[in-house]
Amino acid sequence: MNGAKGGVAGLARRLAAREVSSVEVVRAHLDVIASVESRALGAFLAVDAEHALADAQAADERRARGEAGPLTGVPVAHKDIFVTDHARSGLPTTAGSKMLAGYQSPFDATVVARLGTAGAGMVTLGKLNCDEFAMGSSNENSAFGPVLNPWDATRVPGGSSGGSAAAVAARLVPAATGTDTGGSIRQPASFCGVTGIKPTYGLCSRWGMVAFASSLDQAGPLARTAEDCALLLSAMSGFDARDATSAERPPVDLHAAMQTQREGATAGRPLAGLRIGLPKEFFPAALAADVAGAVRAALAELEKLGATLVDVSLPRTELAIPVYYIIAPAEASSNLSRFDGVRYGHRTAAPADLMALYKQSRSEGFGPEVKRRIMIGTYVLSHGYYDAYYLQAQKLRRMIADDFQACFRQCDVIAGPVAPTVAWRLGAQAGDPVKAYLADIFTLPASLAGLPGMSVPAGTGEGGMPVGLQLIGNYFAEGTLLHAAHALQQATDWHLREPQR
Amino acid sequence: MALTPDDVSRIAHLARLELTDAEAGAMLVQLNGFFRIVEQMSAVDTRGVEPLYTPLAALTEVATRLRDDDVTEMAGGADERARNQASAPEVQDGLFLVPKVIE
Repeated sequence: MNGAKGGVAGLARRLAAREVSSVEVVRAHLDVIASVESRALGAFLAVDAEHALADAQAADERRARGEAGPLTGVPVAHKDIFVTDHARSGLPTTAGSKMLAGYQSPFDATVVARLGTAGAGMVTLGKLNCDEFAMGSSNENSAFGPVLNPWDATRVPGGSSGGSAAAVAARLVPAATGTDTGGSIRQPASFCGVTGIKPTYGLCSRWGMVAFASSLDQAGPLARTAEDCALLLSAMSGFDARDATSAERPPVDLHAAMQTQREGATAGRPLAGLRIGLPKEFFPAALAADVAGAVRAALAELEKLGATLVDVSLPRTELAIPVYYIIAPAEASSNLSRFDGVRYGHRTAAPADLMALYKQSRSEGFGPEVKRRIMIGTYVLSHGYYDAYYLQAQKLRRMIADDFQACFRQCDVIAGPVAPTVAWRLGAQAGDPVKAYLADIFTLPASLAGLPGMSVPAGTGEGGMPVGLQLIGNYFAEGTLLHAAHALQQATDWHLREPQR
Repeated sequence: MALTPDDVSRIAHLARLELTDAEAGAMLVQLNGFFRIVEQMSAVDTRGVEPLYTPLAALTEVATRLRDDDVTEMAGGADERARNQASAPEVQDGLFLVPKVIE
């Protein structure tokens, strides 16, 4: 059934016009997800067709009562970092870790609840694969197997929201949730040719998001278009008293913000007056030529739409790598101390004593990358090293945030590549974690500063693989980012290209 | 200053991890590789710079929001406790069981 597939906005329109029912839409997606070809991608960790169809039925009834919202009945899938009430959804929550294999959450994450039946009325199809505890940039750190890139099955989809990006790219779902700590929405979106946005820290509640690094973790949507992302982000964001760092701000309608006409804009020049800053550190000599070419072409399109390009500088871009890889593991080592084999999660068989219970349960439950980060974090927080590493990193973090504010005095939006290359081959970075850390260079600075960032498809590079343009905005300027991305997508068709399967 | 095998075993103990010899050997090489890229941090003069522990503090004054110290997890009574303990490895009478600590 053709009308039962499509992007978020398109499906929402057809559902509202009663051209198709949510049950039909959900059934069509479940059929595709169940196909041998889709299963080979490894994007889904769990699907519950029975609960999904019941939710779809409820969405259709809600529409019949005249109580439907803009997203009611549209399918979505969640990164398996968000807890989902097992009794309500039938879905376990694993965080991609053996530690949480089969874990049954007694509640829904705020983001899940806001998008689901009790909120916007979207229908949850299942849970998406990710790097273990969201630690990784290739999805190869999942305890339940890698995800393949739908554009080329020999390549990684990026990470840690690799299942989310692959599922949207392969058209298994119109939209998915993801989380981004150091680039985990933007980089897989770039690698898989989809649109993804990490909002300002504090915009989306972290309640029910399995914690990795609490001062950096943020939820956001991945979808085909900026418009679809705007619809989702409006529904999933907003103040939540249960997250102590949730920003106390009124709800925002980003779909409206995305369409608001700029002062002085015309039909042909919707971005008139928009100053786009290009940090010279985001275009180093070592940047892959194919990525640089695609990003430059996208910037030329933005110029045609009326934007002006301004040279700016983020002098501490390279320093963001050690700063991030000190702070994030420090917070992770603290957050993951809760996995002790006592209250939930994996427990070793027949431990000799309590210490053996802790050590063996953790050593058996955590994978190698998680152990590495716990070790780094424990070390930098330990007596005698705190000032040299952790405190110094937090001071540099302030300097990096200040550098951004200096840029935003000269421009409205910052642009550059998301990643230095297109998606690499599976196994290409095995055994060399530092090499993988270095590839995060362009996404880490905005994460450290807590700024919103997005990845917008910008054509293809080597091997026909997608390249993403990164746009970074000032605090709570998601509307500006989505407006610029939407204008670009009205004028170009990069975001409409699909992998040949 | 490179880490030694003793450092790795001390950190592993603090982190409540038990590494095999092979894991500890690989970990030592990888941690030393990582701390080489960290060295550039120490060259930056950060005297007088206020650490940024939470990002929105760069934008505005952030006050920690505290909730009332009330029990909220048991609002649903004993059923809720059972639900919250459903994924626990071993429970009895609502209590989590661990190996005997005091003989």
